[in-house]
Parts: sequence; C-alpha cells; structure tokens
Amino acid sequence: MTTHRIIIGLEVHVQLLTKTKLFCGCSTQFGLPPNSATCPICCGLPGTLPVMNREAFHLALKAATALNCKIASFTKWDRKNYYYPDLPKNYQISQYDLPFSSEGWLEIELPSGPKKVGIIRAHLEEDAGKMLHDEHAGKSDSLVDLNRTGTPLLEIVSKPAIDTPEEAKAYLEELRLLLREIGVSDCEMQEGSLRCDANINIHVPQADGTFIATPIIEIKNLNSFRGVERALKYEAERQANELRRSLDAGAWVVDSSRAKAFRDYAVIQVLTQRGSEVAKATAGWDERTGRTEIQRRKEEASDYRYFPEPDLVPVKVDAAILDKVRTELGELPAAQKARLQSQYGIPAYDAGILSRQGRAFVAYFEAVVKTCGDAKEACNWTINDLLSTLNERQLDINVCPLSPQGLGELIVEIKSTGLNKQRAREVYTAMLDGLTAKQAIDKLGFKVVGDEAQLLELVRRAIAANPKAVADFKKGKLKAADAIKGFVMRETKGMANTEVVQRLVMEELNRG
Amino acid sequence: MSLSADEVRRVADLARLELSDADVDAMVRQLGAIVDYINQLQQLNTDAVEPLAHALDVHDVFRDDVPGTSLSPDEALANAPARKDDFYRVPPVFGD
Amino acid sequence: MNLTAAELLERQSTGDLSAEAITQSFLARIQQVEPKLRSFLAVDEAGALEQARAIDAKRRRGDAMGILAGVPIAIKDVICVQGQRATAGSKMLEAFVPPYDAHVITRLKEADAILIGKSNCDEFAMGSSTENSAYQTTRNPWDLERTPGGSSGGSAAAVAASEAPLALGTDTGGSIRQPAGLCGIVGLKPSYGRVSRFGLIAYGSSLDQCGPFAHDVRDSALLLEVIAGHDSRDSTSVDRPVPQYAKVVESPVQALVIGVPREFFNQPGAQATGGLDAEVERSVRDALKVYESLGATIKEISLPHSPYSVAVYYLVATAEASSNLARYDGVHFGHRAKEFAGLIDMMKKSRGEGFGAEVKRRIMLGTYALSSGYIDAYYLKALKVRRLIRQDFDRAFAECDVIVGPTSPTAAFKIGEKTGDPLAMYLSDIYTISANLAGICGISIPCGLTKTGLPIGLQILGAPFTEEKLLRIARMYERETDWHKRRPAV
Ligand SMILES: [Mg+2]
Ligand SMILES: [Zn+2]
Repeated sequence: MTTHRIIIGLEVHVQLLTKTKLFCGCSTQFGLPPNSATCPICCGLPGTLPVMNREAFHLALKAATALNCKIASFTKWDRKNYYYPDLPKNYQISQYDLPFSSEGWLEIELPSGPKKVGIIRAHLEEDAGKMLHDEHAGKSDSLVDLNRTGTPLLEIVSKPAIDTPEEAKAYLEELRLLLREIGVSDCEMQEGSLRCDANINIHVPQADGTFIATPIIEIKNLNSFRGVERALKYEAERQANELRRSLDAGAWVVDSSRAKAFRDYAVIQVLTQRGSEVAKATAGWDERTGRTEIQRRKEEASDYRYFPEPDLVPVKVDAAILDKVRTELGELPAAQKARLQSQYGIPAYDAGILSRQGRAFVAYFEAVVKTCGDAKEACNWTINDLLSTLNERQLDINVCPLSPQGLGELIVEIKSTGLNKQRAREVYTAMLDGLTAKQAIDKLGFKVVGDEAQLLELVRRAIAANPKAVADFKKGKLKAADAIKGFVMRETKGMANTEVVQRLVMEELNRG
Repeated sequence: MSLSADEVRRVADLARLELSDADVDAMVRQLGAIVDYINQLQQLNTDAVEPLAHALDVHDVFRDDVPGTSLSPDEALANAPARKDDFYRVPPVFGD
Repeated sequence: MNLTAAELLERQSTGDLSAEAITQSFLARIQQVEPKLRSFLAVDEAGALEQARAIDAKRRRGDAMGILAGVPIAIKDVICVQGQRATAGSKMLEAFVPPYDAHVITRLKEADAILIGKSNCDEFAMGSSTENSAYQTTRNPWDLERTPGGSSGGSAAAVAASEAPLALGTDTGGSIRQPAGLCGIVGLKPSYGRVSRFGLIAYGSSLDQCGPFAHDVRDSALLLEVIAGHDSRDSTSVDRPVPQYAKVVESPVQALVIGVPREFFNQPGAQATGGLDAEVERSVRDALKVYESLGATIKEISLPHSPYSVAVYYLVATAEASSNLARYDGVHFGHRAKEFAGLIDMMKKSRGEGFGAEVKRRIMLGTYALSSGYIDAYYLKALKVRRLIRQDFDRAFAECDVIVGPTSPTAAFKIGEKTGDPLAMYLSDIYTISANLAGICGISIPCGLTKTGLPIGLQILGAPFTEEKLLRIARMYERETDWHKRRPAV
C-alpha cells in the first residue's frame, strides 16, 4: 500500500538590495517610522510617473542568471489591477506575458543526492505597503503604512516539482544562500525581505494505478523556513483526511473518465457533486496552533486585467550585458561545492557545509589549508570548532578572532607534536584570545612527551596492569587497546604524543 | 443589445463603482450602443498584425539608484481622507 | 487687452508696459467676462500679482529675463501646480492639493510666465464640450449658447476671450485641437514624448500630451519651446534637442507637398467619416487654395483605417483610464463617502459619488475591454488596429510633408445638444483622434467663420517630432490670412 504523493510549488518574493525603491528615490530601509519613506510617486498621487531603477533590474538579472534562467532579449512591464489599501495606485507594476527570465533551475542537496528543482520564471515587480489590522479583525479600522510600497521585488516561481516538506525547506535554504552570496537580497524572513507562498496538493494512489488529486491550497504568510516545513506537513495530512471524509460523505466525487497525465502517471481531480472541479483555495498558517486555516475558495479566478504599463518603456538585453552579469556573479555555491570536493578531496557532505556558510567562510577554509597543507584537518576544525565558536559568539567570519593562518599553525603543531584532541581544543580556545599556537601551548604548560623510551616504559606498565584488556585484545577485540592507551594518557596527563603511543601499543600487544 | 444588466453589474464590481438600478439601465443602453459601434473592428482581419501599445520606439530608460527626497509623514498624509497617528486610516478590510 | 504674447514681451522690453500692469489688465478682463464665460475654476489674483511684481523687480535689476517674462497663462486644471488645488474638473479631487509642480509648470516658472489661474475642463479630460466638468459649464465666447469644445474648453475660451494670451491644455483624442478650432484660436498637440507628462493627471497614458493654446502660430511656437524637452521623471519623454521654434517659424517650407485624405471629405455618393458640414468643408478647401497659391502641391492620399479610429480610441483610452483612475478610491487621497459599511463599500460609494456619469461610463467600458474573456476581442484587437492606423500615417508621410483637413466635422455645437448621446459626442473627435493613436503632432488654426459667425478650424498633421515644420507650414497660411486676428465680442 503506497502512501500519497505530495506536490509542492513555491512562489518566493525577495526584496532586492537597492538603496532606493523601484520607481522613486525613497529609501528601502527596514524599520523606519510609518509613512516617513514615501513620496508623491510611491503614494501614487495624480500625475506622478514611475522611472525604473537600473540597479534593481541589474540585480534581478544577476539572480535569474544564477538560477540558470533563460534571459529574454526583450522585456516589458504590465499592470496587474486589483483594489487593496496597501496598493495606492490599485495596480501593481509587474510582468505578465514577457517576463525578463524563465525556465531555470536550482540544485538542492537531499539525503538521496542532488536534485534540480525547475523554476518556471522570475520576474521583477513592486512591493505593496503594510496593513496593520486590529486584533479584533473586522471590528475596527485598519491602518496603512506605505514605506514598503514600491520596494523592488523579485518573484521566483518554482515548478510543482518539490516532493516533500523537507525538500521545500532545502530549496528555500539553497535559494537564500545563493541570493545572499551574489548580493541580490539579504533574504531576512523576519524583515519580510524573503516571503514564501506554497502551493500544495496530494495525489492519492488507487487500486487501479491512477491517483486522485486534492484541490490545490495556496498557503500564505509563511514566515520561517521551519514554518514552511511544518505547514506543508500539516497541510498534506489535512488534505488526506479531508479527501477521505469528503469522498465518504459524497461531498466530493471522482470521475475516472476525466483522468489527466501528470509526470508518468494518471491523475483524477476531485469534483463537487455538481460536477465542477473543487476550486483552489488560500490558507493562512498559524504558527501558534500549528494549523493551516482555509480562508476562501476562489470560486472565480481573480480578474487582474493585465495590460502593458504605458508609463514605462521596454528593456532590451543583449549578449554583452549578460556576459558582464556572468563575470560579476563569480563562483556560485553549487560550482563551489563541486570544486571543494575535487580540489581538496573532502566528502560532499563536508563540502556542502562549507559552501553553505558563504564565500568568506570558504575563503577562510582555503587559507587554513594553505598554511597547514592538510585539507581534511582544516575542514574538521573549521566546520566543527570554528563554526560553533562563531555561532556561540554570534560572530561573522569576517571578524573572527582567530586568523586562518593561526588555525593552520595549530594544525601543524598538533601534527608535529601529536597533541591529543582534547588538549588541542584547549590550545585553540586560548588562541581565540589572541595567542599564537606556540604561545598558547607554553602558557598552558603543555609539554608533549615524545621520548620513545619513556613512553615504551609506560606502555609496558599499562600492559602489565591490564591483563583483562590484553586478554580481550588477543581474542580479537581490537577496541580493548584503548584501555592501554588511556592508561598512558592518564599517566602523562594527556601529554603523550598520540601517534607514538598508538604505534608502541600495537607493537607491544602484537608481540606477546 | 450587446451587454446585459448582469454583465454591467459584474464590470461595476470589478471597477469598484456603486451604480443605482437606474445607472445600470442607462449603462446597458449607452455602453450597449458604444460596444455595438466598436464591434465594427471585428470586420478587419488583423491576424498578421502585432499589437501597438505605444507609439514611441524608446527602450531602456532607467534612473540611477540614488536617494531622492521623501515627504514627511505630515506632507504625505496631507491629502488623506482619514488618518490615525502617522498612518492612513481605512475601514476594516475584513469587515465586508 | 488683445495683445499676443509676443507683443506683450515687446512692450515690456521697450518699457511701455510692466508685468504688473499686464497682469492687472488681464485680471480685470477676467472679472468682466467670467460671469458669462466661466472659463476658470480658480483665479490666483494675489499670486499672479506677486509673480508680476517679482518679474518687474527682476527686470529693474537688469537680470536675465525668462522667455515668457510677464506673460499671463491659464493652466488646465488637470495640470498640477504645487500648493494649488488640482481638481481635474472632478468632485473626486475637490480638496486635492499636489505637493509638486508638473514639469511644464516648472518650465513656465523658469520662463517667468505668470500663472493666472486654473481653467475648467471636462472631468479628468473626458469629453468634447467641457460640459462634463463637475463645477461649471464654460461658454463659447463666440456664442454663449454653444460649447467651447473640450476637454480643454476653459483654456480655449480663456484665450479666445482674451482672459489670458496663452493657455495650456492636454490632448488625448483632440482635447486641444478641437476646442481651439471651435474657439477660433491656435491649438497644438505635440508628438507623443515631446512634452513631459509628469504632473499631468493621467487619462490615457499612451495618448496624453500637453500643449499650447495661443492667438497665433508665433505664440504657439514660443510656448511650445518653453514646455518641450526631456524630463528624467517621465520615461516616455524623449531625449532629443528642442528646436528654437519661435525663431524658425517665419521661414516657409520650400517645395511643400500637402496630403489631403479622401476619407476626411465628402465624396460624390459618400459622406465623409463623421459627416462633414458643408460650410466647414468649403473653408478647408479655400485654405488648400491658399497653400496652392503659395506654390504647394496638393496630393490626395488615403488613410484607410481612419474610419476605425474612434472605435480604437474608445477602447485604448478607456482601458488605460480604468486603471489610471483606480487610485481614486477614498483611501489615500480624494473624496471619501461619509456613510459606508466596510472597506469595499467605502471604495464603491466614494467612487460612485466622486465621479460623474461620463467618467463612470469610460471606466466601465475600459474595465470591460480588459476583463477576462473580452480582452482579445476588444483591447488587443484595438491595439492591432492602432498599428494599422500608425502604418497609414507612416505611408502618407513618406509622400507628403503634412496632412491637412478639418479639425472637427462641424463648428461649435449647442450646449446640451449631445449630452444625451455619448456616441454622437465621441464622433465629434473623428478627425483628431488618430493623431493621438499614432503619436504624431497636429495643430488647429483658424481658417474661417460660418455664416452665423462661428470659427472653423484647419487641422494640419505632421510626422512624429516635426513640430518645427508643422509650425512653419501653419505660419505660411496665417501670414496670408487674418482669421487669427478676429476676436469674439463678449
Ligand atoms: Mg507577485
Ligand atoms: Zn517614493
């Protein structure tokens, strides 16, 4: 008995990192006092006209190129007409039939391996303002702040090709990393500079091999990646239950003759009793209750009356512009990850972690490798110790108290002296206060015992004192050697050269 | 007649226009006559013709990303029919 | 004061007249005739006099003077002047005060012109008679029972009656040329993109242009020179040099070829599109003879799609208008109804109360033309025929310098004559509308009077950005005739 399949498509809006709005010189800064960053243009006062921000278009081109989109040689703007108080002109300047980019993909890393998620289109549009509703919605007046009105937004629409809530989260994380890396958006969900709407429905398998499709629900106002994942999980379950109930109650019916092909199987959309398809609906996500709340069935599709924006002129993009954008992009996360794997021989998982930390972190890692010559150790130290230090202290890699050269020298010191991991961490911690590796070791009074005769003596005493471990070892329990090594370490207060001890223990145990 | 009263009401809803029953009747008549007149366009075969949205052949007009002057909240709200503090005030959105 | 702008400039430079005296005299004229004409929605007496005194002081100091120094001008009330109410002839904007100047106003202020008042117009520039103003009906100075045309009827009447020597209007489908023709003055619609639209309250954004009203072609050239040119705040304002129109206007065009569209005239067995009045036709034919006498070649041409221009216009302009006027919903500015139940009702009632019948009709038509299921048959179809209309002109201008015909099918019609029949009103713009659709320039100059003493307008159309040639050709005719010197007795 197979379970249902989940079909998810994400619509992401990101604010572009411009100083000014899309069509006027007002600031895009977050958190300004209400209605202090507006002008006649973004307030839509009579007679005012928009003029396109060059940087906004440039950033949009960068993003679409990084998302492997086709860039149109000719693009134009359209008006999307609808009435809402946060939209002073009552139309949004957006793109309709000729978006500047289409047909791209974003590669994400899944436990099962990499996956390319298709992108239908990315287009440029203006943001709306903010509404403040009273707690008792519907009872008292609402307030409007137009500061955000006219901020440039990039809308990125994925194909309905995301198969699980976890995948949706991975897609968003990868998208955020990419857009931050290329300087297109800061993607701060709390500040609304990345907003996500999710379309989801499920396909439930039938005995005859076809699938029944539930009506698509568009979940709005998702304001954290975890929220996206939770909401989608909840909604998939809810749809499965709703389908079961509605079919049992006869509220929804299935007409097998109306099967349609989807990917490599046949899908049948549920119908109302009257025989029409159950309408798409929007839902809100309530973070507190952990539930989606269905808001309304869209009985008729909204009639946006799109038409070409007469106040703006089209834009032509030629090969020279695209070349310039491409050179500006630099190494993108996916390519960087592949390079880290092949150049340094580190596992894909580790390369992924490095890459996700951003370009500055990767540069740090590469500088550590340059000093110590050991990519594996450099990788371990950076993605474990260094990363937790940065997280604990809430520091950016650019203001890291330990230079990559310092960390490299520590690794060299560890390898040459055989300092054990626990002691090495103490040295590392001391280095965060500005000491070099040697200074830190001196200060901590760590004197590594490297003398072979002295260590051999200790190893023999350890063997004598642990007959049970020796016996176990002889029976093939190789782990038992740890007890011998532990004895030596205790005796030297952890300062024995681990490599030498390891060798001597093996020699002595195998001899007798 | 090319426009029904129901169609007129549907369009008025889209356009957020309150029309009285008498207004609707007048619109049915007047818009009907205009639409009938406009229907003469259907005589022309335009299959091979590209739409012309703009008579100008101008493209790539941009402004630099340079801050300009904004209005103060008081200036911005000077024409507002209703305000509360430094916000525009509107009837409840979900109240309909 | 019957002087032209050029004459007023001359009298000031010789010291015969001060800007203050000029302004006083026009203000007095306004006081005298306004009760009959009602051209103005607001007269800025104090502001105009203050500007005039400042200009006189500037002249006394010997400063460089702007090219319209001390010349009063009336401004159509769809054009924003900072700190002055801009109503667009609508109840919707009864209390709206823009915190900015339109680009053309900035230019006028730089040129030291005196902004004497805001003139009446059809609500949101929608109309052909100025009867759609929410405030008052302007009368034609030649016959107070008749309309001055529209939508810039207040501006046209003000100049015709010498309430101001110059005025600004806007022309979306003929709203400068038609009232100029019906009021016996000169009105010019520049090519689309020649004059910035920043600060003009939008009607049909791909069609709207601001242009001059004046008594003669020389004054029109002078005013166009002031307002034309690139503005970085309007993406559709074209960045190309502005000729010194006033300087070149006196040089005739050699080897002039005039195209006369057969569709504009009555043919044996077929009436002209729009039903051309016989008296109007006779005056236009006489004008062509004047050009012939100056050595011009008259060539019959065809604009085969011109009969469709009214239909195309009433889809394109109304579609754009339905969107442009969506912002008037009682939320951020403009009229808000007093009584309502919730947000949507507030918007509907505010719009229902704030807009007049014609504006509502056009919003309805435009919304319908763009709505799902109809957009292909109406809006997109209209854009295709719009291209055919443009192509007609491109072909025509390949073989002639300008196209000449009547501005309107008839002379000024009676107040109330067409208000009950919107379609009949629309058809009065049959000859002017195609220029806006094609983006070309056009001018109306006086070319005669009917037996009952009503002015007749001659329309001359030119290819895009050939205003210089258009003005020179118009001036050739004007020099040979004295129709532009006739003034109505108000
Ligand atoms: Mg969008
Ligand atoms: Zn702004």
